[in-house]
Amino acid sequence: MTELTTIAGPHAHEHNHVTRIMLLVMLALAPATLFGMVLFGWPAVLLFAVTVVTAVLAEVVCLAIAGRPVKRTLFDGSALLTGWLLAMTLPPWAPWWIGVVGALLAIVVAKQVFGGIGQNLFNPAMVARVALLISFPVEMTTFVQAAGLAGNAPGFTDAIAITFGGAAQPDAFSSATVLGHLRTELTRGGDVAGALSGHFDPWALLLGNTAGSMGETSALLILLGGLWLIYKRVISWHIPLSMLLALAALATVFHLIDPGRYAGPVYHVVSGAALLGAFFIATDLVTSPVTPRGQLLFGAGCGLLVYVIRTWTNYPEGVAFAVMLMNACTPLIDHYIKPRIYGRTRRGEPLSYPDASGDDA
Amino acid sequence: MKLFRIRGGVHPEDRKHLAADQPIIDLPLPPLLHIPVQQHIGAAAQPAVQRGQHVHMGELLATSQGAISAPVHAPTSGRIMGIGNYPAHHPSGLSVRTITLQPDGEDRWSDKLTPCDDPFALEPAEVAARVAAAGIVGMGGATFPSAVKLNLRERYKLHTLVINGAECEPYLTCDDRLMREQAMEVIDGIRIMAHALGVERIIVAIENNKPDALRAMQHAATAFDMLTVTGIPTRYPMGSEKHMVQALTGLETPARALTADIGIVVHNVATAYAVHQALRFGWPLVARVVTVSGGAVARPANLRVRIGTPVSHLIDYCGGTDEATARLISGGPMMGQPLPSTRVPVVKGSNGVLALTAAEIASREPSPCIRCASCVSACPCGLVPLEMAARARAGDLDGTVKIGLMDCVACGSCSYVCPSSIPLVQYFNYAKGELAARQRSKHKQMETKRLATQRSARIEEQKRKKREAMAQRKRKDATAAREAVAEESGA
Repeated sequence: MTELTTIAGPHAHEHNHVTRIMLLVMLALAPATLFGMVLFGWPAVLLFAVTVVTAVLAEVVCLAIAGRPVKRTLFDGSALLTGWLLAMTLPPWAPWWIGVVGALLAIVVAKQVFGGIGQNLFNPAMVARVALLISFPVEMTTFVQAAGLAGNAPGFTDAIAITFGGAAQPDAFSSATVLGHLRTELTRGGDVAGALSGHFDPWALLLGNTAGSMGETSALLILLGGLWLIYKRVISWHIPLSMLLALAALATVFHLIDPGRYAGPVYHVVSGAALLGAFFIATDLVTSPVTPRGQLLFGAGCGLLVYVIRTWTNYPEGVAFAVMLMNACTPLIDHYIKPRIYGRTRRGEPLSYPDASGDDA
Repeated sequence: MKLFRIRGGVHPEDRKHLAADQPIIDLPLPPLLHIPVQQHIGAAAQPAVQRGQHVHMGELLATSQGAISAPVHAPTSGRIMGIGNYPAHHPSGLSVRTITLQPDGEDRWSDKLTPCDDPFALEPAEVAARVAAAGIVGMGGATFPSAVKLNLRERYKLHTLVINGAECEPYLTCDDRLMREQAMEVIDGIRIMAHALGVERIIVAIENNKPDALRAMQHAATAFDMLTVTGIPTRYPMGSEKHMVQALTGLETPARALTADIGIVVHNVATAYAVHQALRFGWPLVARVVTVSGGAVARPANLRVRIGTPVSHLIDYCGGTDEATARLISGGPMMGQPLPSTRVPVVKGSNGVLALTAAEIASREPSPCIRCASCVSACPCGLVPLEMAARARAGDLDGTVKIGLMDCVACGSCSYVCPSSIPLVQYFNYAKGELAARQRSKHKQMETKRLATQRSARIEEQKRKKREAMAQRKRKDATAAREAVAEESGA
């Protein structure tokens, strides 16, 4: 008997651990990530590596400075996952320093300054993405066609030149995202049908063979990864469903009102970061509400904001902003929306029993 | 039978296979029995025997004190070796008042027992009185005096008796074995209790992971219409009284109320068995079935053990524990408590002794909360454990109460699922203990203040009286002097 006896139960534990959760999320992300690398070639691989390595190193340094157990905390895998998620939302041919600055923003500013894992109010990857987008709008909105590793795609040496050498991206590869294209066309006074004809192919977006951020393009793989996470009970269905439903519902309503100005629901759900956001970003455990009803509200808020930002602001994509704004509401949601306590009404009063027959105690 | 959904809960690996197939065996008597006078919730019993006195099995050792209390009887015949202090069956390991009995090996029952051929002819109050005299307490582990619960009919309109055969704690199989081996006796005890309560319906609920017990009980109950034996989903904490009632009837017990407030009383199967023995044979509660199990026990078993038998005696009988023993637990792994040593005696509420290996406990260093909400979905009481723990940790005890600390049943589902291995229950126990201590000290302060005010009022009163007496005397003196002067001048 080596232990103190002042240990409270339970004296058994489920085989679940933070590291396992993070690993499962990474596994779920892996297909979309690998597919993104195949689509966008070596520059994407390099940018991914730079971002992830910086995130992990930044975590090590911060933990050491804060005097926390470096090895144990690092192996929870959260820094790796943050770097990974951030890389997935970057333009695949962005220069190396975008990845480095982004990873530092995510880990140092958005996570460790708040107190490390579990303490951050905002999703670190989204803080970094928003900061990058505002600070470096050109680099963050220069997208390329999905060229793949084959054919005339840049080889490894060219890739090094693109990522690390500051080589200009060959114009032949440049391409706007569907969201960006529609935004531009609408600003020019075009209408949705004209803008999307020849540019919006739902099947291409579903499969991912389109211009966009590294890991966002394949709606199908992200959807499968997300559903698998729900199946593994790492995330619950509440946020993804309410977010996508809210987005689709708004898109449907406005599309019915004026199809010339407002794109339809399919367009909104499969393009951009909507699915990645719904399954992997808005569901971030730390920064989303803890009750099912709170999560429904949170998801619906995200969906609403995504639609509003995409439709009526100057940004073609709004997932990062939407999630961050809703992150800010999480403490409020958790304060007001709580489960009903057993034996009490929602207001916290003990239930009354009409057929009470005993004394008043 | 239609069942209702309950919130939350977890599915721990039940590991009942370790002991489930071991029939109940009578454990041989140990050389000495240590019988604490307090084995129940309420006032401790008062020793009624002398050192050196010879007692028969079932003879009264200590008498019940007050409304909520229970007597203690001699688990076998023998000589009283002493009445003193002995380590309690409690994690603190503190010593409590204990009667030590040396068995004479004859196991002779006392001749003063009062068996009863037809308990159903007795008045309900008489049944309760006999249960009280037999020292029967809630044997699922709560150890609340059973007779008090049987007397609830006086204050509540009761309609249903629920018999808890869930045994939702992993490892434990003592109720399972009892139902399989003594179904008729258990059913008889249940019917006697129903008679005492005056209810019109009895539901026996058994978790579906005990199909043999379910069958045996269903078979034994066929003759009785008012009795339904039903399987319930295997989900911890199904055996929590209020949750079981909700699963069976859909009725939710209001906060801070008893299930009796909604017309239902819950008793455990082992209690029913004890009631059967007390009423039919007049046997007081002197033995119980204990499951000895765990990965570190050589031969897991279900033993019928005399109250007061040292835990070490049980473990030795089961082939001892190996070096892999990381924790010795009394009760189940979810809500059981660590035992400070194997010297402590088995008491009325002991349903299990577990020697667990480190792998079974699977304890890890806690890491920061990642707000994954696993605890929120696991909590059967609708609480937000992560928030309660955060407040308790920050010392905001009133804050923890505000968000439901007192509605927590300490089932441990939250800690069980926590991926960060945060000892949530430990935080809640700390907060509850600290609050109780504060309340006690506040009460003490108020008492002190009251006494101090009374004392100063008393002193003030004395002073006033003294002053008055003085003034009166002065007045008297003055009058006397004046009269004297008047007399003189008049003369």
